[in-house]
Amino acid sequence: MTGEELIWRIAGGSGDGIDSTSQNFTKALMRTGLDVFTHRHYPSRIRGGHTYVEVRAADHAVKSRGDGYDFLLALGDSFARNPQDGEAYYGNEEVKPLTENLDELREGGVIVYDEGLLDTDEVEDFDERVEENDWHVYPLDLRSLAREHGREIMRNTAGVAATAALIDMDTEIFEELMADTMSGEMLETNVEVLEEAHAEVSEMEFTHDLEVPTGSHNEEQVLLNGSHSVAYGAIDEGCRFIAGYPMTPWTDVFTIMTQHLPSIGGISEQVEDEIAAASLAIGASHAGVKAMSGSSGGGFALMSEPLGLAEMTETPLVLVEAMRAGPSTGMPTKPEQGDLEHILYTSQGDSNRVVFAPGTVAEAYEQSREAFRVAYEYQIPVVIVIDQKLSGELASVPASHFDREPNPDLGSVLSEEEIAEAPHHASGTFNRFRHDPEDGVSPRSIPGQKDGRFLATGNEHTPQGHIEESPDNRVAQVDRRTRKLESIRSDLDDKEHSNQTYYGPEDAEHGILVWGSQQGSVEEAVDRLNEQGESVKMLGVSDLMPYPKEDVTAFLESVDECLVVEMNITAQFRGLTQKELGRFGEKMSSLLKYNGNPFEPAEVVEGFDIQVNGGDEPPTAQTRIEPAAGD
Amino acid sequence: MSKSFSAIGQAAQGEEIDREAFTPGIEPQATWCPGCGDFSVLKALKGAMPEVGRTPDETLLVTGIGCSGKLNSYFESYGMHSIHGRSLPIARAAKLANPGLEVIAAGGDGDGYGIGGNHFMHTARENHDMTYIVFNNEIFGLTKGQTSPTSPKGHESKTQPHGSAKDPIRPLSLALTSGASYIARTAAVNPRQATEILTEAIEHDGFAHVDFLTQCPTWNKDAKQYVPYTDVQDSEEFDFDVHDRQEAAEMMHETEDKLYEGEVLTGRFYIDEERRSYGEEKRSTGEMSEEPLAERYFDAEADWERSYDLLDAHK
Ligand SMILES: Cc1ncc(C[n+]2csc(CCOP(=O)(O)OP(=O)(O)O)c2C)c(N)n1
Ligand code: SF4
Repeated sequence: MTGEELIWRIAGGSGDGIDSTSQNFTKALMRTGLDVFTHRHYPSRIRGGHTYVEVRAADHAVKSRGDGYDFLLALGDSFARNPQDGEAYYGNEEVKPLTENLDELREGGVIVYDEGLLDTDEVEDFDERVEENDWHVYPLDLRSLAREHGREIMRNTAGVAATAALIDMDTEIFEELMADTMSGEMLETNVEVLEEAHAEVSEMEFTHDLEVPTGSHNEEQVLLNGSHSVAYGAIDEGCRFIAGYPMTPWTDVFTIMTQHLPSIGGISEQVEDEIAAASLAIGASHAGVKAMSGSSGGGFALMSEPLGLAEMTETPLVLVEAMRAGPSTGMPTKPEQGDLEHILYTSQGDSNRVVFAPGTVAEAYEQSREAFRVAYEYQIPVVIVIDQKLSGELASVPASHFDREPNPDLGSVLSEEEIAEAPHHASGTFNRFRHDPEDGVSPRSIPGQKDGRFLATGNEHTPQGHIEESPDNRVAQVDRRTRKLESIRSDLDDKEHSNQTYYGPEDAEHGILVWGSQQGSVEEAVDRLNEQGESVKMLGVSDLMPYPKEDVTAFLESVDECLVVEMNITAQFRGLTQKELGRFGEKMSSLLKYNGNPFEPAEVVEGFDIQVNGGDEPPTAQTRIEPAAGD
Repeated sequence: MSKSFSAIGQAAQGEEIDREAFTPGIEPQATWCPGCGDFSVLKALKGAMPEVGRTPDETLLVTGIGCSGKLNSYFESYGMHSIHGRSLPIARAAKLANPGLEVIAAGGDGDGYGIGGNHFMHTARENHDMTYIVFNNEIFGLTKGQTSPTSPKGHESKTQPHGSAKDPIRPLSLALTSGASYIARTAAVNPRQATEILTEAIEHDGFAHVDFLTQCPTWNKDAKQYVPYTDVQDSEEFDFDVHDRQEAAEMMHETEDKLYEGEVLTGRFYIDEERRSYGEEKRSTGEMSEEPLAERYFDAEADWERSYDLLDAHK
């Protein structure tokens, strides 16, 4: 275990600063040259309640949280504390950071707990378990340490210092990080707590053999999450308008955009509801600005009518749907992939839209750019689907991945000179919605441009935009709007880089299909399975509509059988695949999970084993196997 | 693709604008019934535009759904005929994106005070620089005569067979408490006042709400809109300061009570020229750039920041 990877878990009450502390720690590990990845677990509560963040660092690419972890820093209790006097005012979960977290701690792991706040006597069979698992326990009075050299809330800093000492890291890197975000007395006291705690722990006798792995990047890395990636993709593609209403986990994309847009000439609007939010994005886009909105399941439901308006009026629109477990408000802080059908089919009529679901933090950037390119080029709504997992997990990505030219091009928009030459009706009205373009895209004008006047109406309309219900016009307009999806499909197929991710040996016998945020865990599972002598490859599908029929058909034809991994109970993606391809029902079985936690690689490995080697018992009590059709 | 963008707001300078410029060259598919009050709004609006000095190319008319929403079919400009109740958020964003556009939103009483009530409240609150015309015919026209938020108490319809148990909404008072900075009511029966009020409303720098009493001869035979009305500015009887919030509130209260007693009062009810529009507020705090955002996309010289410049915080 030593040398290769380290998985560190920091646990405590929410509101204890677990998030920021872990982020700094992650960055510190990244700066030492390691690849990093985080996993956040938090309850739907503002203060109090048990929360943890896991940081995985290795000298090789890390794509998931991994299975289990090596180092627990149990920082505090889970009481919601009164910030004034530090006394608990509700909750009775005093020892939770210890009881809750022990099950996944690996053999030989390390436990550091704050003996100022926690008492192992209250944890059942603690000593037996420690012995059985060869855990190394270091009780430290982090609270007093922090009080002595600074303030009690600096327990975090003391805990990080203790971790650093125990795994043999210098404090220097942490001091640099602190200096990035603090100054003055705040910085000084934190540095003092850091150094004192480090010195004190360094003098102790260690019994464990955990140490920080060494790694070296050959290029500069940045640490960011899926929400950052989506936001930066949007900014690079020239999006300068966002409207939204808060809903977890969409709020992250919304706040990141809001943080940057005003300073780069853009506009952010927090509005009265999600119908308004999507409508504002339509208004801005109609007026000639690259615009976006978004929400999570419930808010996206409210956007269904504006989404249809954008389709009918051919107003470019980008929406983000950051899924969480539903139905209704469901589990606000837990991931699930249950909104797929809602996203694909919401809105009335034969409606067209494009749906992209990036699989990793890095992909979220490119696919966000693609979403804007496609929306503006083809005048169609595009939905970027992420989920609570992808939106919040931090991963190290090479900085060069983001170094692209900005693209403010509005796509299929005419200049005034072009408008002057474009076909007009005898009355002088610009033919905004011409029937004839082969690719379905009839270029638009922007309000304010000379002689480009048109009416954008949600009713069926003539080429000039006037309301019209004649059968011939209806058929011509529906056909043209539908043609756009075919054009988009061939555009995406022609591209040098597919949005789909292939992983594993090309000639493998077995396949795993996955979509969205579960891709990383599956990639790791594929590696392990192939190491175990199995023959497996993966296809991570990101284009959900228009569906990449060729890519998936070729993949499914090339394997004997295929496991479809997704986080919902109704196998929505497998259903989509069967509907789109019209066959392969007998080749596909599903591995499903819907308990609020993402797949761990080991679960995928076990699920695969059952599919290939038989049996219908679910791999763990928390997952479920759905056999192939006709079995 | 080479692009050029006319400096919005410049095109009309020095140019005589004819009301006929706002008549579409294409006959609209027949929608409005003969005698419908909506024709009066159209007429007043066409009369106001040359006064304001805006061309059809510089004007964006956003409507909701209802007979009123068909205004776009009869009015030549850039337009968006959107969805029921949502004209305001669309119009609002277009104005923020391109402050050079003359943005007008319109819809019915069901559209604006019913399904779109939330947006009405918030758009007034934010005081966006735009004009909102509500065709108030006290009925749902397009869906064939159901009770609307402005129908009188006791109004009988297929959806309220026992007579409505609800008091009607008070649109003027609602606009005032929400924050609109120009509030007026006019009626189809007086085209002169209607044109004047629409001109003022469009020229007003902030959210101008015009409750336009229209008749629906098809579904609402009892509409008071046929009744002669009093212009509060012309009458000796009413003496209040339209710039005084308190006095305006009382006047609106009286007006809204009287309407259902059969006496129609119209005119300007509140004008606040001091309050800054939302766009100005945003520009003054630096939250929004002085340069119209939409024009930047047509400026080959514009600087476009890229995420790379933001990555430092992630290193
Ligand atoms: C979401 C939605 N709900 C209902 C309708 C049906 N609908 C169309 S117009 C209308 C009412 C129109 O009444 P009003 O706004 O007073 O306008 P008028 O027709 O009287 O001008 C309704 C309910 C719709 N188009 N969309
Ligand atoms: S139904 Fe009423 S509101 Fe609609 S067009 Fe006819 S008269 Fe006008």
